[in-house]
Order: sequence, then structure tokens, then C-alpha cells
Amino acid sequence: MEIFQITILSLQVSTLATLISLFIGLPFGTWLALGSFRGRSVILSIINTGMALPPVVVGLVVAMMLWRSGPFGDLKLIYTPWAIVIAQTVIAAPVVTGLTAAALEALDPRLQQQLLGLGASRVQMVWYLWREARLPLLAALMAGFGSVISEVGASMMVGGNIRGQTRVLTTAIVLETSKGEFGQALALSTLLLILTYLINLTLTWIQQRGQKR
Amino acid sequence: MIQIRDLLIERNNRAVLDVASLDIKRGETLAIVGPNGAGKSTLLLALAHLLPTVRGDILFNGKSLRQWDELEYRRKISFVFQSPLLLDMTVEQNIALGLKFRGISKEETHERVGKRIKQLGIESLSKRRASQLSGGEAQRVSLARAFVLEPELLLLDEPFAALDPPTRKKLIEDLSALLAEDHRMAVFVTHNLNEAAELSHRIAVIINGMVRQVGTAKQIKSKPADETVKAFLQELSQ
Repeated sequence: MEIFQITILSLQVSTLATLISLFIGLPFGTWLALGSFRGRSVILSIINTGMALPPVVVGLVVAMMLWRSGPFGDLKLIYTPWAIVIAQTVIAAPVVTGLTAAALEALDPRLQQQLLGLGASRVQMVWYLWREARLPLLAALMAGFGSVISEVGASMMVGGNIRGQTRVLTTAIVLETSKGEFGQALALSTLLLILTYLINLTLTWIQQRGQKR
Repeated sequence: MIQIRDLLIERNNRAVLDVASLDIKRGETLAIVGPNGAGKSTLLLALAHLLPTVRGDILFNGKSLRQWDELEYRRKISFVFQSPLLLDMTVEQNIALGLKFRGISKEETHERVGKRIKQLGIESLSKRRASQLSGGEAQRVSLARAFVLEPELLLLDEPFAALDPPTRKKLIEDLSALLAEDHRMAVFVTHNLNEAAELSHRIAVIINGMVRQVGTAKQIKSKPADETVKAFLQELSQ
């Protein structure tokens, strides 16, 4: 029963963090890919660095922010699932942003002019560019989800691995290993792998379907 | 009617197009010829309101492009690029795209798309995806996509440059018939003087960003305006 609860919480926080990252990363990545402004390459290089952010560093910074004496301490979010969602969003958002920008930059740059030349509004143009880049954008989503479902450092630091409240699959695996319960740890690891595989299998199937059409 | 007045366009602080005066009359097809990098495509992008101008003005039906609502103006024109730039959807959906942008009803879209598909002889391709088309087929779809909008101004940027000679010849014939039938204003960029003569009423020769001569093919060939035009014509004939 506890495993079921841990699994559901893992999926809930990682899915929510990925979706929030998508809402941030898709428009921000689009703006970076299509815009031409001073400082664009600097922002892009920061985003690319952010794609490799170590989860423990994110965990440390988010913990400091949410700590009782920290700037957002009054919100009392530390050691709650929301703290894990925030930390995982910080990890996934640069991944989704960076890969969105790369996906749109890979399109023929004249496609924008062609869509505008056919009478598209700016919103219609962006919508059809997303449509054209839907397969790499799906890959961005997969990469974002992959980066958070498997991370342990940030979840441990801001969630606290509290039984029945903030314990997720990765933090449970760390705990079982530290207790020498390798059988339990292996079972949880297998469950995590199967879940990740099933989600990626679904997304890959959607991607392949798009390629074959 | 299009009136270009004292137009200056710069790229990286360098003038790439400087047109003192150029008019395109209603129902006229104007061909733009010139060497690579002369500013031909820049002129088309400026006419499509897709490039900022440093100086001067373009007037469409007597009103400056600065005064036109950008989207309203762009919905009066249509652009065909050298590359067909079709989207990953069926031929029918590609042709209907501009109508969809304008919120045209499904019934009207179906009727208008059907008419252009027939005119361009691509009925057998209508359900195919764009990725399954040959270069010539894709360019036909691109022309249908532009004509279905019934634009007041049609801009064509070397639409046949990448095609083999027989496909090119057939497509020029079809485009020529479409232009004659629709009596639309069209600006057509090409490297080929014969193509320009076949499709247009007048030809403008652009060299180094400046319009050197405007006239019929016969006038330009028999009386080049200056030495640069003469040299360009000689280069073309070689």
C-alpha cells in the first residue's frame, strides 16, 4: 500500500513539474528562437547551462528560499510535495526551454516569412511553427520528464523524504539502500524503471506515429 | 496600385536596396531581374511588409504601408518563395492554409481549393502529404496555395529556379494563364530574361540595389539604359 502511495506521489509531482515547465519553456523557448534582440545569445547560453543543473544545487537553493527563515518561509512549503514540484520545475524548465528553442531554430527560417506572407497573424504563425516542430517538441517534453522523475538530490533536500507525505520513489530507494535493504531498493528501482519506460514508450509511439504520417 | 518612393533598406548598416521611384499598375505583372545579391528578394520582402525600411515609402492603393494595419495588408497579398515551403500536412490542407488564417467557412474553402487544384492539374495529389511530392508538384501546390487567396498583389520569388526545364516550361505556361485570367498585380523575381518576357508586362532591372531600367523585354534588350545593364545582359546571354 505504501509503495502504491509513493508511486502515485512520484508520478504526480514529476508530471506536474513537467507540465509547469512546458508552460514556461514553450513560450520562453519560442521567444528565444524567433526573437532577434541584444543579449539573446547570452540568455541562450545560460539556458543551455541550466539544462545541466545539478539537482543537489537546485535542492540547496530552493531549500534556502523555502526555509522558515528564508524569503518564502512564510508560505510553509518546505518538506511538502509542493517544494518538490518547485525544485523539479527549476530542473526541467531549462531543459524544455533549451530544447524548444533548438527545435524551432532547426526549422527553415523562411517558413516564418512564408506563413506571414500567407496572411497568418503572429499567434497563428507560432502555432503552425509548433505544429511543424511537434516531434522535437515532444522529445523536449520527454527529456524534461526524464530529468525530474529520476532525480533524487533536490527531492530529498526540499521534501525531506517524510513517510506518507513527501517520500517518492527515488528518495525511498536511497533510504532502503542506506538501511541495507537491497531487495526493497531493487524492487523500487525496477518499478521506477518500468514506469519511466512505459511513459517514454507512450510518447515515443506518439512521436513515431507523427513521423510515419 | 503600388507606388514605391525613395525607398531605402539597410542590412547591417549597409544599403541593400535604394529605389527612387517604381510603380506597378493594377492588373500588371512586373518582373524583377538582376544578378545575385542585387536586392530583388529584398524588394519582394519590403513589398510584403516583412522588412523595416530606413527611408521612403511604399503606397498600396494610395495608402502608405505605415498606415495600413500590418495584418490587414498582409491578407491582401500572397507570397511564393523559390522553395515551396509546404507544411507537413496534405496537399489540400496546405492549399487551404491561408483561407484558414482568414477564417473562411469550410464550404467556401472546399470550393475555392477544389477550383485551384483543378486549374493546376493536381487533383490526383490532393490527399497526399507534402513530403511525398516531387519538386515540380510541390511548387504547383505552392502556386495553388497563393492563388486560392485571390490576392490583390502576388509576390513570386524565383518560383521555378529549382525545377528541371520541362517542368519549368509547363509551370510557366500555367502561371502565365492564371495571371492573365485573374488580372492581379504580380511582382515576379527571376534570373531568366526569357521567363520574364513571357510572364510580365514590364521588366525592372535591379543592379547593386538600384533600379537601372524599367521597360519591356524588347526595350531593355535593344536599348540598355547604361553600361551596367548592358554588361548584365551580356552575362545573361553567355
